[in-house]
Amino acid sequence: MNYVAQRLLTFPLILLGVSVLVFVSIRLIPGDAITAMLGTEAGLLTSEQRAVLARYFGIDQPIWSQYLTWFGGLFQGDLGISVTFGRPVLSVILDHFPLTLELALLSMLIALSAGVPLGVLAATRNERTSDLVVRVLAMLGQSTPSFVLGLLIIYFLSVVFGVVPTMGTFTPLTVDPLASLGQLVFPAITLGFAFAASVTRISRSAMLDVLGDDYIRTARSKGASARSVVWTHALPNALIPVVTLSGVEFGYLLGGAVIVEQIFALPGLGRLVLNAITQRDYALVQGSVLFVAFNFLVVNLLVDLIYVALDPRIRLGKR
Amino acid sequence: MRFLQALFRHPSGRIGASIIAIYLGVALLGALGLTPHNALKQFPIDRLKPPSLLYLMGTDLLGRDTLSRLMLGIGQSLVVAFGSVAIATVAGTVIGLLAAWWGSLWDGVLMRLMDVLLAFPAILLALLIIAIVGPGPFTSVTAIAIVYTPIFARVVRGPALSLKRREFVDAARTFGSSQAYILTRHLLLNLIAPLTVQVTLALAWALLTEAGLSFLGLGTQPPAPSLGLMLSESRNLMQHAPWLMLFPGLAIMLGILGFNLTGDALRDILDPRMQGRPA
Repeated sequence: MNYVAQRLLTFPLILLGVSVLVFVSIRLIPGDAITAMLGTEAGLLTSEQRAVLARYFGIDQPIWSQYLTWFGGLFQGDLGISVTFGRPVLSVILDHFPLTLELALLSMLIALSAGVPLGVLAATRNERTSDLVVRVLAMLGQSTPSFVLGLLIIYFLSVVFGVVPTMGTFTPLTVDPLASLGQLVFPAITLGFAFAASVTRISRSAMLDVLGDDYIRTARSKGASARSVVWTHALPNALIPVVTLSGVEFGYLLGGAVIVEQIFALPGLGRLVLNAITQRDYALVQGSVLFVAFNFLVVNLLVDLIYVALDPRIRLGKR
Repeated sequence: MRFLQALFRHPSGRIGASIIAIYLGVALLGALGLTPHNALKQFPIDRLKPPSLLYLMGTDLLGRDTLSRLMLGIGQSLVVAFGSVAIATVAGTVIGLLAAWWGSLWDGVLMRLMDVLLAFPAILLALLIIAIVGPGPFTSVTAIAIVYTPIFARVVRGPALSLKRREFVDAARTFGSSQAYILTRHLLLNLIAPLTVQVTLALAWALLTEAGLSFLGLGTQPPAPSLGLMLSESRNLMQHAPWLMLFPGLAIMLGILGFNLTGDALRDILDPRMQGRPA
């Protein structure tokens, strides 16, 4: 089957699987939903009141019927009500999402603008000192957890330079772009550091592969300058694996933001999920996990489609 | 033996394997109780002492010895990492092998199930699992194992599919070898190389995830020492006691670096086509 068609066909299937998994896992949590919602006050309920509440929330129905109701609600943007916020889950998520999205995009920008040139530099100076330095840096970068780097950054900012990064609140990009970017720049470096290291490694190895290809030799023998060979002939092809990596990593950035948001006390989606888990706000956990997984899947689908557009061999099923 | 020699001839293999050896040694000493002090004992007079001859890495807010806690924490991280990667390797290999061997419908169903698990960013899936089971080291093992199973299934399935069509498998079938024999003897043995590389890299990731979960307060629970937890506790004290942040941070980094370097070296050694090219 054509790769694109196959990809488009399995997409809804996987989405369905994801929704079942999220729904079932929340139902696996010990204790019933009414106790979870009312806490100790649930003990004061008579059995009639309990039954009425169960009917009201639909949890007296068999599980498959509950799932269908919930799944139907998804299409109307109904993810349930958050107990801690007392508001619809979707609106809570949409309040917190812009920060995480901006953070992920900024991290990606930092990672790509540092990683690609470094990778190209290392590949064109293969086995020389600058290549070695870049490779060691990339290795260290890949081995530095975001929470270690984040703490180091905060330490240097606050103790050495006496600057305290803004924490706890967030200025959206639409309100004050400069303040917003300024606030997110250190979290974005923290989040994008390891990603920059992977980008460097992938661009270096892809570039080395491409530079050994026949068409590069042809370009060189035609008398193309070294710079033109690297940047116009080799780079576009070497970027294909970088695009794939970026897509996958972007999804991880959305999820990985949990730790960075926690360190810098940013009110984003990751921190929302974390708080929802500790506060046992299950509708919110369910909704936000589904939301992130959905975005992750959409981004991956888009990346695959871009990948096909960049490399026609895949479209023809020769992968 | 020859394999170890090759690993030590490779520059990053040499460094990586040495780091892992030191790591294992430190964890072993910790497990045998050979720490400089009792890791849980509080010395109230010696609170927040900087590194000295008595306390090589200083003490924390409760007057506990950082080095001793670090040694136990490394052991804890390694147990979670090895445990979760072992489970993920076995589960992923079985699923990948069976998907490739049975083919058609089974392949589709098993691999789509793996795709569903891969649709979650790793830390989020781990958080979801922790929300269900509750935090603790055992949950971390389960969560990390579930997160990495689909990756192993994918690593195994691809090569297993192409091995399945090779002549020697046909020959084995003609000789009347049982399915189990072909799967373990002919397919699995040929998959050891890619699996070894993946296991080493997964160990680096598992260390990272374990420390991350503990850092968030969802892994190892206090007062048990854990690298992530120690880092998290150091946050409010970094101005007065930066050593509380420095040593656990370095320990986590070194461990991940050790496994990453070894994984890279193994990839070079086991796949000569990749020589000198980190992918």
